[in-house]
Amino acid sequence: MNRRGAVERRISMLAPRCFYKIEQIILGVNTLVKEKAVLEMKNIHKSFPGVRALQGVNFTLCEGEVHALMGENGAGKSTLIKVLTGVYGKDEGEIFLKGKDKAVAIHSPQDAQRLGISTVYQEITLCPNLSVAENMFIGRTSGLCQNWKKMNTDADRILQSLDIPAKASQQLGSCSIAVQQMIAIARAVDMECKVLILDEPTSSLDEQEVEKLFGLMRDLRARGVGIIFVTHFLDQVYEICDKITVLRDGKLVGEYEIKDLPRVQLVSKMLGKELDDMSDIKGESKHYEGSDQSAPVFEAKELVSNAGIKPFNFYIKKGEVNGFTGLLGSGRSECVRAIFGADRVLGGSVKMNGKEVRITKPLDAMKNGIAYLPEDRKVDGIVGDLSVRENIILALQVLKGFLKPFTKAEANKFAEDYIKLLGIKTASADTPIKSLSGGNQQKAILARWLLTNPEYLILDEPTRGIDIGTKIDIQKLVLKLASEGMSVTFISSETDEMLRTCSRLVVMRDRKVVGELSGEELSQSMIMSTIAGGDK
Amino acid sequence: MKSKETNKSSVAELFSKIVRRQIFIPIAALLLLAIFNLVTDPSFYKITFGYNSAGNPVLSGYLMTILDSGSELAILAIGMTLVTAATGGQDISVGAAIAISGSVILRVLCGTNSRPETLQAPIIVAFLAACIVAMLFGAFNGALVAYFRIQPMVATLILFTAGRSIAAWINNNELPIINEPSFGYFGGFIPGIPIPTPFFIAVVCMIIIALVLRFTNLGLYTQAVGINESSSRLNGLNPAFIKFLTFVILGLCVAVAGLIKVSRFSTINYSVIAKDIEMDAILAVALGGNALSGGKFNMAASILGAYVIQFLTTTLYKFNVQSDALPAYKAVVVIVLVVLSAPIVREWLSGVWKKIKPEGHVKEVG
Amino acid sequence: MASSNRTPKAGGGFGDKLKNMTDTNLLLTITIVVFFAMYIGAIVFQGKGFLKPQTFFNILNAQAALIITACGMSLVMITGSIDISVGGVVALVSMCCAVYLDFHNGNVFMAVIISLLIGLAFGAVQGFLVSYLEIQPFIVSLAGMFFARGMTTIVNTNPFNVQNEAFVALKETRVIVPGFGSVNKLGKYVNAYVELGVIVALLIVVLLFFVLRWTKLGRGFYAVGGNSQSALMLGINVKRTKFLAHLICGLLAGIGGFVYFMHVGSGSASHASGMEMNAIASSIIGGTMLTGGVGNIIGTFFGVLSLSTIQNIVSSAGLDDAWWTGITIAAMLCLFLVIQSVVMARKKRTLKGKG
Repeated sequence: MNRRGAVERRISMLAPRCFYKIEQIILGVNTLVKEKAVLEMKNIHKSFPGVRALQGVNFTLCEGEVHALMGENGAGKSTLIKVLTGVYGKDEGEIFLKGKDKAVAIHSPQDAQRLGISTVYQEITLCPNLSVAENMFIGRTSGLCQNWKKMNTDADRILQSLDIPAKASQQLGSCSIAVQQMIAIARAVDMECKVLILDEPTSSLDEQEVEKLFGLMRDLRARGVGIIFVTHFLDQVYEICDKITVLRDGKLVGEYEIKDLPRVQLVSKMLGKELDDMSDIKGESKHYEGSDQSAPVFEAKELVSNAGIKPFNFYIKKGEVNGFTGLLGSGRSECVRAIFGADRVLGGSVKMNGKEVRITKPLDAMKNGIAYLPEDRKVDGIVGDLSVRENIILALQVLKGFLKPFTKAEANKFAEDYIKLLGIKTASADTPIKSLSGGNQQKAILARWLLTNPEYLILDEPTRGIDIGTKIDIQKLVLKLASEGMSVTFISSETDEMLRTCSRLVVMRDRKVVGELSGEELSQSMIMSTIAGGDK
Repeated sequence: MKSKETNKSSVAELFSKIVRRQIFIPIAALLLLAIFNLVTDPSFYKITFGYNSAGNPVLSGYLMTILDSGSELAILAIGMTLVTAATGGQDISVGAAIAISGSVILRVLCGTNSRPETLQAPIIVAFLAACIVAMLFGAFNGALVAYFRIQPMVATLILFTAGRSIAAWINNNELPIINEPSFGYFGGFIPGIPIPTPFFIAVVCMIIIALVLRFTNLGLYTQAVGINESSSRLNGLNPAFIKFLTFVILGLCVAVAGLIKVSRFSTINYSVIAKDIEMDAILAVALGGNALSGGKFNMAASILGAYVIQFLTTTLYKFNVQSDALPAYKAVVVIVLVVLSAPIVREWLSGVWKKIKPEGHVKEVG
Repeated sequence: MASSNRTPKAGGGFGDKLKNMTDTNLLLTITIVVFFAMYIGAIVFQGKGFLKPQTFFNILNAQAALIITACGMSLVMITGSIDISVGGVVALVSMCCAVYLDFHNGNVFMAVIISLLIGLAFGAVQGFLVSYLEIQPFIVSLAGMFFARGMTTIVNTNPFNVQNEAFVALKETRVIVPGFGSVNKLGKYVNAYVELGVIVALLIVVLLFFVLRWTKLGRGFYAVGGNSQSALMLGINVKRTKFLAHLICGLLAGIGGFVYFMHVGSGSASHASGMEMNAIASSIIGGTMLTGGVGNIIGTFFGVLSLSTIQNIVSSAGLDDAWWTGITIAAMLCLFLVIQSVVMARKKRTLKGKG
């Protein structure tokens, strides 16, 4: 370093003019590259205590393109975005924007907004207690007072033009989650942003809504907005994106044109290894061929809960993998919640191995050998501040009883066993679970339930929001558990996954069971037509 | 040369490990106070042996005062820690509840006559009655918090406002006085033992809670509920009941503290007894480094925190601070401690520390 | 034809209305209805005393300071914070003003400035600690309360009445309310009056109502209280907003302190004891939720009125013993909390069932 500095100094002393010219040339090249680029992030570094989240990442976004940012969980996507939006400060590196000749400093979300960078996050980041219109305009306009009338008419106009079913004066909290998400997007769209960041916006939208969103994105792209799109859905990437940037372990893997990068390669780039696993799992998927005469492990008749589903019948046999499918909000989660007693059960009868049992709360279900991995990992799954060990033993501990705590050695053994078995990446069993990445948290929750050695395991969206590697791990695990005699109900919004793992699908529409598919009927088109119902 | 350096870094590592431990906060506060007293007046630590007015041997001195009067606070801190952990809120009605349970004890002991010659009931009966009443009021608070989902501070505001009035009502607003000397043992000295009884009572409570935490899942359950209620429910816990339970346990602690309080004076003053003790109890929990927003807790740190608060009070008394002005000084100390333990300030301080010691910084990066 | 297009209405009109009402308006309606029901009940059962306008004005006179501090309290509660130092600040302000006016022969104008400065100082320090250092507001303001109470004793131990002439004149100033007078036993017409403090209090209620409803800052308070993380993402300066809420609350405690001082005309360490609890109670009765994001200044105003009406009812019912006041306030608080909790839970359920 020092020596180079000295040399440079000498050169600049000896031939200042020459040096100046070189600089000019470099500058010229830079502007050429920058011409189309609306955003350039250079050599970004960011660490957290114990984690180096970003190590020298470069990212370029051009005008009028949809740019997918891909990577496994913990690859650094979220961190990169939070650095860009000013939620985190960066340790090192520079950010350039079009129209600004110097690197910009972004210290807060306000800074980012002012510079034309808008974000729609995965979790709803609006205020539920304010009205829809306020949520669209708050924090954006200058001036002291708030003009309700103008705000409401403006908001209604925007909502109408984007075809969002909400009224401007409505309280946001009274809208459905999907509508809230769309309002967040409407807000960002209305801000005339140059850079729009969509951080997993589609995870709570159903297909029609996703289509609507894509329409919107194409429209914006045509207007020259640069869009950064973060998602776990590969289909969506190939449907809408122009370019892909792949991150892995906080480092840049590369930037690719979409046409140059087939799916398999994308996945292998994200995982950092050549991928045979995908084909593996298809070969492995043995569908349930158990004797049809055997009595069901679990059977529900006319079960109904207070979550608004219609009474339904359901059964599962030993070693069977089945699933609930349907559009978002069709009631598939509510059904399994009713089975587990997570919602208040209002009626119906339940049999475990032919014997009638009463399940009114989760503990009853657990005592009967049912385990349930909930849909929302953060809200219903992890106990954030507790260690991985305590999170893993929690359910078994509750089953064992209040007066019989595990000894430290026992607890440690359970935890270590399952950390090894499922390959949970954690510094130690003492680490608070909240500091793990999403996929590893999910594995720990899975470990919690496997530890109780259930007869019947319910997995509600176990693969949502986690990386592909873990997804495949979990699918394999499900099939393995089934082959060992466990009954599994598997719910996923990706029909591919369901087809790969389940031997029987219960199809739901509008909170009602509308059909059941098994054997030859199990295909994408059949599922679609059953969900659509009626005419076909 | 090199070994010396690694030695140095391992010492620094050890130091930073200690600093990060939760119990470090009350210990550091205690040390600070202790050193302050040592510098200003070493006689603070003198313990003298003498005889009290009843002719019993007693140890006296500031340290004994701390052990003695810190007892109620330590006992309350036990319950308050559990309530804080499970509900993420605090019970501000403990002072009023102590007045109630003290009033119940006197009422049972005195019967209808407010100045009885002999006790109308055994002390143990009176104490059990107080326990039941205090636990009932705890249950009332608990029910509001757990089943009606009212924020703990607000729910207990009800009893806080009404408690002392209820205490006065229990005894028809009379001030009973007990002449029986054995009643005074609980708040004073047992003949022949020179160490104040409240300290023994506090120790017994600590042992009980230690055993409970060791041999039941109370700790795990309260923490799980405090951190993520919804998830706890899906793991088979009953969050509402656990919250309710912590308030009932706190009620028990209140009854014990109430016994000590009324025993100290053999009478009761409804508006003064255990005044501001709720604030001290909450501060004890906070000083123990426990998040007042619930979740993880460290019982030992809380109890130590209680004694630190008492240490502070005694130190201030020693400097002839008027009892009414006491809160002002306490507030300043509390603010300093809380500011120093705030995560943001700590981060900033460690940043400054790194800048001062650049070698350490390089090492950590490399 | 048209009817086939419309979605079928389920659950009847009331459920729908309940669902569409904002949380703030819903709780406000409950409060106002309860207040009027109570006042009418008082008139019917307790007789004529409550019928006289002056009875009502006396409630205002006595509670002007509480109205002002409760407004500040509502404000911090809307941002999801709390400030329990207000009672202490009121006591400190009245003691400082009393000492300044009588022992240092000060003038009234400077006394007002002193009050405002004390209030601002408390608000600024607490606001800084809460918002920028992210310390729990309960602990910070607990220390603030301790400090204020202790300082009051340090400034002057003994309570005393202020003799300063200019001040006494100000204290005695009455504002006549035309049209509400009544005829007394001697047949003489007596004008209805309010004290200066009431005017101040009403001005503050109107001003704050305006700020909360129509200014960006006001909506920012709601946003921060509703979900501070979201508010940050929406581009609101959360820390500054919280700081300002505490600052304003401190300022209002200072103003409230002076109004209180004008009403009692003395300095004492035991002044305004329990005022913080009354302020919190009024806010809650007025429909402010401690969780933040929901609340209304008009509601707080009615909360204070409800609180003192019930106190008046109790004392005029012959339950003069001091402890009854405590018990009634507690019972009322309990009632309102349960109403709030039940109504919100019901509302959530109807929403869930339909959503």
